[in-house]
Order: sequence, then C-alpha cells, then structure tokens
Amino acid sequence: MVNTKVNLSGVELDNPIIPASGTFGFGYEFAELYDINILGSLSFKGTTLEPRFGNPTPRIAETENGMINSVGLQNPGVEKVISEELPKLRACFNKPIMANISGFSIDEYRASCEKIDKEDQVEFIEVNVSCPNVHNGGMSFGTSPESAAAVTKAVKEVTTKPVFIKLSPNVTDIASIAKACEEAGADGISLINTLLGMKIDLKTKKPVIANKMGGFSGNAIFPVAVRMVYQVYEAVNIPIIGMGGVSKAEDVIELMLAGATAVQVGAANLTEPFACKNIIEDLPRVMAKYGINNLKDIIGGAH
Amino acid sequence: MLQTVFEIKSNEKIAKDVYKMVLLGDTSDLKKPGQFVNIKLDGFFLRRPISVCDYDENVLILIYKVVGAGTEVMSKMCQGEKLDILTGLGNGFDTSKSGDNPVVIGGGVGVPPMFNLARKLIEEGKKVTAVLGFNKEEEIFYKDEFEKLGAKVLISTVDGSVGTKGFVTDAMKEIDFSYTYCCGPEPMLKAVYNASDKDGQFSFEERMGCGFGACMGCSCKTKYGNKRICKEGPVLCKEEIIW
Repeated sequence: MVNTKVNLSGVELDNPIIPASGTFGFGYEFAELYDINILGSLSFKGTTLEPRFGNPTPRIAETENGMINSVGLQNPGVEKVISEELPKLRACFNKPIMANISGFSIDEYRASCEKIDKEDQVEFIEVNVSCPNVHNGGMSFGTSPESAAAVTKAVKEVTTKPVFIKLSPNVTDIASIAKACEEAGADGISLINTLLGMKIDLKTKKPVIANKMGGFSGNAIFPVAVRMVYQVYEAVNIPIIGMGGVSKAEDVIELMLAGATAVQVGAANLTEPFACKNIIEDLPRVMAKYGINNLKDIIGGAH
Repeated sequence: MLQTVFEIKSNEKIAKDVYKMVLLGDTSDLKKPGQFVNIKLDGFFLRRPISVCDYDENVLILIYKVVGAGTEVMSKMCQGEKLDILTGLGNGFDTSKSGDNPVVIGGGVGVPPMFNLARKLIEEGKKVTAVLGFNKEEEIFYKDEFEKLGAKVLISTVDGSVGTKGFVTDAMKEIDFSYTYCCGPEPMLKAVYNASDKDGQFSFEERMGCGFGACMGCSCKTKYGNKRICKEGPVLCKEEIIW
C-alpha cells in the first residue's frame, strides 16, 4: 500500500494533486462529474479586488499539444467570490482551499488578501504575480525580484496563512525572483504560470486571439516546468507547487523529483474534465511501478 | 454534462463540405434542442464543439462543416470508430415561449440545431416555418427533412439559385410568425434581430476552451450580466442581447 500524502506548509494533503487556478472555476462544475473531495486541494479562479469582465473574445487558440488563452482574469471580484462563489464551493468541497489572488497594485493585492484571509476553509493564499494577459499589473510584478518581493511583503503583513507566490516563466532568471520572494517572507513558490505565446490564423493572416498574445499551456510546456521547478528548488528552502503541462501521474512524479511538494493540473482539466481524478487514481499504480512507497520521500530526488 | 463513448454508425457527405454523422450511445444528458456536444479527436489538444442536429434515446445526429483540420479528420472517420464525447452542454432553446406559429431560421451550419427544435415545436402542436439560408444550391441540405417533419420550408440563397435570392431576412418578409428562433453566423443573427419586432432566441458561436464553463474562454456581456456562451448560452434571449 503506497502513501500519497504530502505535507504542504504544515497542512497534510491526501495527495499532491491540486487543480490549477483558472481551469477549475470554483469547483462546482466539476462536482457534477465526480466527488471533488478526492483532490488534495483546489486553487480557485484568479480573484481581484474589483469585478473584471476580462479581455475581448476570441480568448482561446489551439496549438499543437497545447492552447493559448487570454481570458484576462475574468472574475466577480473578491466580495462576490466570498459571498456567492465560496458558499457554492463549500457545498461540494470540504478539503483545504487555495485562494488565488491577483492585483494591479500592491494595495490591491493587500486588500484582497486581507479579505480572503478571514475565510476559514482557505488554508493557503496563492498570489499570482504572473498573469500574462493583463496590462499594467499581474506579470509586471513577477518579472523583477524587487517587485515580486514587494508584493510578498505587503501580503504577508495581512495574513498568517501560508502564502505561495505564483511566478511567471517569462523571465531570464527565475531563481533570483524566487529567492527574493523567500527573503520577503513567502511560505512557498508556485510555478510555472503560462508562457507568453501567439497563434496566427493562416486564412485571416492575423493573430487568432483578440488580444494578439496569450498564455501558452498544455503538455507542450511540461519540460519547461520541470526545468524551472528544478532551478527554483536549488535556490530556495521553501516548498514548491509545480505546474505546467501536467496531464498524467508520471508527470506528477517527475515534477516532484524536480523539487515540487505538490502539483497543480491546469489545461488538462479543460480537455479531459476527469483529468485530476484519473491522475489521483493512477498515482498508486505509477508509484508502485517505480518502487515509490512514500510520495513525499521523492521530493527533490533528482538533485 | 456527461462524458461517454459513442460509436459511429454512419458518416456521409450531404452537401458541399457538409457531413452528417450518426452516432450510437448514451444521449440521456441531452435535454433541450440547441444544446451541443464536445468531441475529443486524436491528435488535437482541444475538443470540437458541434451542435446537436437531432437525437433519440440512443442515436445522436451531428451535421458539421469541414472548416479546419479537426473537422477534416472527422469527415474521414468510418463506421465502427469510437468517439469520446461530452454531451448535454449548453442551455438550449426554450420552446415554451414560441407562440402558435414560430419561425426557425438557420444559416449554413446554423441549420442543424434548428431541426431538433422544429421537431419539438411541431410535437408540441405548433405550426412551424423553417427559413434556411445558404450561399448557393450545392450547399443546401435538410430541406426535405424539415418538410417531412411538417414544417413549411423557405430557402434563401445568396446567388438566387434556389428560393428567395438574398438572405434569410429577405425570405422572412414573405411570412407571418409569432416568435423567432435563429442560429447562424453573427452578422445573420444581427440582421434577423433587426428585421423583426417579434421576440426570439438566438444561438451564438464562440471559440471555446473547455465547453462546460470552467475556463471563461467564451464569455460575453449581456444586459443581465456576463454569460459564458458554453454554459449560460449558446442561446440568448433577444431582450438580453447588447446590439
């Protein structure tokens, strides 16, 4: 009997599988399909202080082994998330919730985190400083060590819950940014967000996505995720949540060997709504195949 | 929503670039005309959303146009092959508001979802007119099938080769109706919206990520707030559309 439990910042998860923010809504659409309490945790749709419609459509383009999205953080705003979405999520989910928070200024990050901090079932706060689809915010905080650290510091002032900073892969030195977040008090690092990409339609000869560029995700980006988790693991001593192109149990093992304590599943949920369930159910078989008894023993094993 | 495996019973060309696929499987999650299914195809990352033309307890009929690499692959599939399909997606049309003599208007590959709708309306005892718009004669399909249901059928072609020359809005001038149901390219939807003061429902198309409300890829603004075309749509009521 293999053990899939992992400990993330003092919180024991039944398994390391967490649906990634923006690919799982607030859970209840998936709860129609299966009991989502089998998940380790759940990172909900990126939430901002004010409601946002997001970007114009088309927001989605398909690529080989992946997709590009430019949703632009559509969400009803933190107040409505607390009053309307979280009660619906709680009705179908009794495991630890990861709150995903975005912002356009340090004050906004701080204000949203202060509000979400009061929600009991929220065990982790994942601060997104890496959304590629919003101008004047999001990713710009994640592209320099100084600004990523400034957001981290501001958020840590208003919550005692573990704070994970979600980083962008669209940088030259991921390790220095992760290190700056750690020094500013981050409890962990989430990576990678999507890679900035573009798809051009040969018939119209123009970009498919209305916003022209968007975040590239899916199987194709998995090796980039492995490499960056590996680099960040060498640079910091705080836990890492690995993500980027994960679609099967083998990918979970690989990211954990690179240094991840938990693993998020993103785009795979959109094409295969049972992706997380399939991975969780297949994990014991794959662990046994590779002689792994305790999943937590392999974290960083590739170093 | 239900994920299930369908077996292809037949897959044949019925007009220029247009194919009819008959599938056998569990259709229990389809509840209303105008819903759609999302099909997994080997070699493609995203599923292909296709509107439902008709269904009964274990038969699903899809009519699709070859517009890209995915539908090209679909067009070459054969009897006995199996497809992983998410069914029961979208809100579908509400037949209760139709009045006694509704018109169902379809343009090109907007025609298929109007077939099951016409059938349901006729089964409810309503007198249905179908206005079907195409570019030219070789693109026309399903005229006879609508007539066999008992609908009055008007055809419009842009080149005038069959029926009324022009657009569906030109053919609409010839009839009286209580309510409009419409599916087709957005310029056509807008033209129909403006051509009549009658109330109605309009089915929209948008590029989708998941097709079941998770990714917010296909959102639109309405007078009643933001809606996802795949979840609170694809059918919007006339009164909520912002045009």
